[in-house]
Amino acid sequence: MTLAEGLDAGGRAPRAGTDADAVGGLVPAHVVRPADTADLGRVLAKAAGRGLAVVARGGGTALDWGSPPRRLDLLVDTTGLSWIEHIAGDLVVEVGAGTPVAELYDALAAAGQRLSADPVRTGGTVGGMVATGVSGPRRLLSGALRDLVIGMTVVRADGVVARSGGRVVKNVAGYDLAKLHTGGLGTLGVVASVAFRLHPAPPALRLVSRAPRSPEEAEEALAALRRTAVVPSAVELDRSPEGGWRLKVVLEGTPDGLAARVAETARALGGDPEAADALPGDWGLLPRRGTLALVSVPPAESVRAAARVGGLAASAGARVRVRGSLRTGTLYACLPPGTPAEAVRAVAEGVRARPGWSATLLRAEPHVHDAGVDPWGEVPGLPLMRALKDSFDPDHRLAPGRFAGGI
Amino acid sequence: MSQTAQTQAVAALVPHLRRVCGDDGVLTDTARRRTYESDGLTHHRSVPGVVVLPTTADQVAAVVRLCADSGVPFVPRGAGTGLSAGALPHPGGVLLVTSRMRRVLEIDVDNECAVVEPGVANLDVTRAAAPYGYYYAPDPSSQQVCSVGGNVAENSGGAHCLKYGFTVNHVRGLDVVTPSGERVSLGGKNPDAHGYDLVGAFVGSEGTLGVATSVTVGLTRAPERTVTLLFAFSSMDAGGQAVSSIIAAGVLPSAVEMMDALAIEAAERAVACGYPEGAAAVLIVELDGPAAEVDAQAMAVTRLCAAAGAFETRTASGAEERARIWKGRKSAFAAVGRISPAYIVQDGVVPRTALPEVLRRITELSADSGIRVANVFHAGDGNLHPLVLFDDAEPGAAERAEEVSGAILDLCIEHGGSITGEHGVGVDKACKMPRMYGPDDLATFDLFRRALDPGGIANPDKLLPTPRLCGERPGVRTGVHPLVESGRAEQF
Repeated sequence: MTLAEGLDAGGRAPRAGTDADAVGGLVPAHVVRPADTADLGRVLAKAAGRGLAVVARGGGTALDWGSPPRRLDLLVDTTGLSWIEHIAGDLVVEVGAGTPVAELYDALAAAGQRLSADPVRTGGTVGGMVATGVSGPRRLLSGALRDLVIGMTVVRADGVVARSGGRVVKNVAGYDLAKLHTGGLGTLGVVASVAFRLHPAPPALRLVSRAPRSPEEAEEALAALRRTAVVPSAVELDRSPEGGWRLKVVLEGTPDGLAARVAETARALGGDPEAADALPGDWGLLPRRGTLALVSVPPAESVRAAARVGGLAASAGARVRVRGSLRTGTLYACLPPGTPAEAVRAVAEGVRARPGWSATLLRAEPHVHDAGVDPWGEVPGLPLMRALKDSFDPDHRLAPGRFAGGI
Repeated sequence: MSQTAQTQAVAALVPHLRRVCGDDGVLTDTARRRTYESDGLTHHRSVPGVVVLPTTADQVAAVVRLCADSGVPFVPRGAGTGLSAGALPHPGGVLLVTSRMRRVLEIDVDNECAVVEPGVANLDVTRAAAPYGYYYAPDPSSQQVCSVGGNVAENSGGAHCLKYGFTVNHVRGLDVVTPSGERVSLGGKNPDAHGYDLVGAFVGSEGTLGVATSVTVGLTRAPERTVTLLFAFSSMDAGGQAVSSIIAAGVLPSAVEMMDALAIEAAERAVACGYPEGAAAVLIVELDGPAAEVDAQAMAVTRLCAAAGAFETRTASGAEERARIWKGRKSAFAAVGRISPAYIVQDGVVPRTALPEVLRRITELSADSGIRVANVFHAGDGNLHPLVLFDDAEPGAAERAEEVSGAILDLCIEHGGSITGEHGVGVDKACKMPRMYGPDDLATFDLFRRALDPGGIANPDKLLPTPRLCGERPGVRTGVHPLVESGRAEQF
């Protein structure tokens, strides 16, 4: 019996993996593209029987997120699971994991609705968006991506198809297992479909921005903004590699209602703010190359953290752009391609040295992994996470090693 | 463990528990234990083996460790206001009550969050935050007394969760004592902890994964303006049409509540709320946010309701006027006591668009069975709270009411909804879980639970069906029990 036998999916035999299918430098022996959830279940059950290590791939835009897997035999291409069931009247959509994010957003926009999370990558699938789990800037009104997931169907390592949640926004029946898979990098199961709650697309938007001359000015502007009741959708910080600062506040609502909010926001920000009525084309997108760290700090320490990341990088002779959500303390440190491993290490460890601050390398370049830079740092609750892995994937075959603590 | 063995195991634990919690923190005499025999769902009763009232996280951990070492189950309990018997005591176990852990540890205005002990009443978080212009958004109807720890266990919602979400959307960090008695800090003041989202998975786990000893919650800026609108309709269908129009227009109110004629009648008798006479349906819509936005939305909502046939409109923006509108709605559950000797409060969810159809079917069910049903519900998110009325002195009436109540849940499932929107599964609906989820789904829930509680001592017999409760094996993978399939599973 060959390794490929019985792994047919979508009515086709698996094809041999090529260099283009490599994940973290590992070329899978086989690539399959299941046609639907049941098919995906069959494939994973077969893979379990053979003890194959499996990684799921959607758009392939984040395969370099997390640590490189230790083993890889079978790459499961989820793009066959592409379907959208939009229940517009209920403000709910259920969507196959392989659906391109752009296709989903276009379909919702056509109905005057949206999934209220800004994607951080282009070209990805819904499954990949959920498995990587990070949220873009507009998360202050309706929450982060994880807050918008109301149901999920996941195929377990043993091929069993399991659903949690449902298609209604309000539902407390059963455990909310979708929380574990959101951001789980496919290490606890392969996401097959996701149900999201939607929101009406607001009729109008304003982007108010200002370039403070110093971190102190930025802090003052933020404190003043906190004292208002303008209800921003996003409060973003952008610190350039050269140390220039910019604050961006997004307000959404009705054209009439926005005027007063824009004026109050501008007053709070001080200086000489600019207002635009659309977001730039690259809004929320993270760079596609280089090393990317998620720096999470208590929100009020965001500006300090961004300054410190800039300082740490500069001391190590590296450049870094820092941007992120100031009201949630979620910063992305973007280090350009070729940034030496020691500089990445210095930034990560320098951040982790502060109490309550964490730094996770969402994506590190191969030479950074090779140098043994710890992508995660200390993760509270790691023994519980290991227990979950042992329970859901006892043979450690789903993207083994990709997650914290070698999970 | 047999019942005698359990009783002996608990008795053996008592001296150790006293050493941990002090004599006044351990209740053993029957009369005092009996005061804890039920939570808010009073027809489920069971006297706990022993009650402990720890005051610190270390005490909680020590108590749980004692339980783990001796295999004695424990049941966490906050204020005991839950409506699914999630805090129903175990007769051979420890009832771990957090009511003495009620300090607000910190209001951190700069980080827009509060750190509280689990026994703190929900409303006390808002009280502590109010001087700084903030409040705690989740507002279950029992918010004056229900505890934040209980809210975490049940993922409580409230009338305003339509816009602001549930407890899970506001909890940023948890200190937890795991079922093995270890203390773990998850998350913190920043909402994006790394690793698996254990905070998110712990919220709503109904005390089956451990006990929260400290909770960090996000605070919400008090809105600049709040407007409460009341509309009277001459039919439920017209009211339902109004709700659909509001949602379709892209307005997101903070609350959309509806009451039918029977619920209105009860509220009038109980609190004389003065709702418009002759209303077959009353719709309450609350809008909040920046003043200019709220004013524009209030006009739009008023126009839409008029178009749907509202024959009377009331607008309130002052706190007192708003309270008058809410008075009838908030008293509705207790008020049905005025029109019926006994009642069952059901909690089910349907997709919002299925509301008119489901309400019609409930009316038919009521007519066919002769059991009156008063409808009070969160119309914005399809969360029904039918009040099934019966006379407990009449033989067989309670059973018929239970049947109607169960049939309403079936309607919810049939329409793609949920068996519980906010009250939780607990004991009450554990046997109904197989109606909503397949055997593989349930087995996967169980896998998760066992991963974190391998000994099965954290609030056992809750949330998932068990043989003792439901007469079927948990985690059966071969097919649905025939009695479940035929719709008679709740007879067990």
